[in-house]
Amino acid sequence: MLYIWLRTFQLGFKSLMLHPMRSLLTILGIFIGVSSVIWLLAIGEGISRKSQEQIESLGATNIIVQSIKPPDDTTTNVRVLIYGLTRYDYEKILEGVPSVKEAFPIREIQQRISSGDAIVEGRLVGCTPHYQDANSLKMARGAFLTEVDCRTKMNRCVLSANVATELFGFENPLGRTVRVGRYIYVVIGVAHPKTASAAIGGTFASQDYSRDVYIPIQTFWSEFGDRISTSRSGSRETTQIEINQITFQVESIHDVHPTSELIKFILRQNHHGKEDWSVTVPLELLEQAQTTKMMFMLFMGLIAAISLAVGGIGIMNIMLATVTERTREIGIRRALGAKRGDIIRQFLAETITLSVLGGATGILGGLLCRPFTELIRFILNTYFPSVMAQLPELITTMAPILVPWSIPLAFLISVTIGVVFGLYPARRAAAMDPIEALRHE
Amino acid sequence: MTELAASLVDVQKHYFLTGETVKALRGVSFDVPKGDFLSIMGASGSGKSTLLNLLGCLDPPTFGKIFLDGEDVSRMSDDQLSEIRAKKIGFIFQAYNLIPQLTVLENIEVPLHYTGRTSPEDRARCLELAHMVGLGDRLGHRSYQLSGGQQQRVGIARSLVNDPTFILADEPTGNLDTKTTDEILDILRNLNEAGKTIIIVTHEPEVGKQTKRTIRLRDGLIMSDERNYDTSR
Repeated sequence: MLYIWLRTFQLGFKSLMLHPMRSLLTILGIFIGVSSVIWLLAIGEGISRKSQEQIESLGATNIIVQSIKPPDDTTTNVRVLIYGLTRYDYEKILEGVPSVKEAFPIREIQQRISSGDAIVEGRLVGCTPHYQDANSLKMARGAFLTEVDCRTKMNRCVLSANVATELFGFENPLGRTVRVGRYIYVVIGVAHPKTASAAIGGTFASQDYSRDVYIPIQTFWSEFGDRISTSRSGSRETTQIEINQITFQVESIHDVHPTSELIKFILRQNHHGKEDWSVTVPLELLEQAQTTKMMFMLFMGLIAAISLAVGGIGIMNIMLATVTERTREIGIRRALGAKRGDIIRQFLAETITLSVLGGATGILGGLLCRPFTELIRFILNTYFPSVMAQLPELITTMAPILVPWSIPLAFLISVTIGVVFGLYPARRAAAMDPIEALRHE
Repeated sequence: MTELAASLVDVQKHYFLTGETVKALRGVSFDVPKGDFLSIMGASGSGKSTLLNLLGCLDPPTFGKIFLDGEDVSRMSDDQLSEIRAKKIGFIFQAYNLIPQLTVLENIEVPLHYTGRTSPEDRARCLELAHMVGLGDRLGHRSYQLSGGQQQRVGIARSLVNDPTFILADEPTGNLDTKTTDEILDILRNLNEAGKTIIIVTHEPEVGKQTKRTIRLRDGLIMSDERNYDTSR
């Protein structure tokens, strides 16, 4: 039995070599199909892994509550714009929600930061020691703010790398002072440069860490208060915000949903229906991302399936032509004693040879996915930097990840295609009347 | 009584064309004893080709029975008929019908694959047959590199590999010149003298004359069945 198949495949290969160009093009069809299956799965996996990492960096057990500016009132003559989270909200939540393990409020404003003659337009962030971990800031010099700094409302600050160089050049900023508004702060630490985090699915704006100056939030509250006046295009605008953002941490993932519901409930009550706050649950985003990933994979799979079907139709087309062309040979073989099954086997062996060769080369092509994306990125970067700059960050930094099971899957599919699309022409060949076939010119 | 290679009993073959029935054979009976050298002759339309197809087990008869080697083949399935063709019939065609992508030796081997006899001895026999028909030095050639006569020799060798009950030749010399025709007929005659049963279907009287026995058909019936005495030279 094995010998018969072996021999059949040998014969099939010989017949395919009669038309090397034709066979090559047919193989190319399957090659493209199989490669695209592997590529699309790898790219889909790469993109979803990337967005998952971003969401995970927010912390799966976190609930992030933010102040948002409500839509513009029609009553524009309001002197002071008051909105957002309050210390009252903060305390109420800490009191009313027992599952909250820890809470980290943040207050931030745009401010001019100076040291001597050097001036930087920066972002003054009032925060707690936790901020360092939550944003994975690494220290280049000194240390981050401590609990004691916060409790005792110390005038201490930590600079981001950029601010430090702009204010102090190459001098050591530790122990030096910076001035913000009327206040003086002693520099106790400098953070490592950190790349900006990307925006996540519209719910979370991207964050740029390069112009930050961190001080204890208690210090912030006592020195700057809640009302901040800024002059923008001539008119003076005063806003009053107590807290920009609070990150609540719960014990386990199971607490996330009930806790977030409770927080929303409390905020709804405190704000009397005013929509000046938002609750972001990274876990929900993560779950959403999983669903999106499934949809994405399904969509990619569909495209790949179409290209495989096209390849399969290519095989069928060629085999139908071959069968017609070799009608005479079929007649001869039938007369010499070939059963219908023998004829089917012979033509099936040819299509399987085509599809397996296409599948094998397709897998090789699929393995080239990563270097190839890198090459394309390189070419785009070199010759079309403006195009590249417009692409979303997710795409420009995405690295395709080969999905291991896609390789046997692709191979299996290519063989299946060979059988499925080869069966019809093969059966047609076998169904021929040997007398008619022998008479065929 | 000698054993029969083939035996036909009142065989009829009807074709159903649009609305009318064409009776290609209207009751044909004859026996072919083993070792016979028979020619079947007749004008076109006489039922000659139909009889060839029936004898070659390519088509079942409408009525009547056909026995090959004592076995009734008239009601067999397609697969069974294929097996009979592979084991009991050695076909020789007018147009040689070699498979173009195969070499001489591979062409001779083709019928072996349909009987599952692919032992080294079987393959050695193919080589022997190639030498016997005088193509021992052209084993690797393809059909387009051979002359008509050479191709027909390959055809003869191929018909012999499975040691069939009889050889069925359809106008074996129809595409050949006189000289080559004689060579091919010599080979066939030698095979017959070595004990092979041979049936030639032809319309050429020169070919028919060289066989031991001739059956003439006309309008689907046997017109004459006679021994040719001039072959005993």
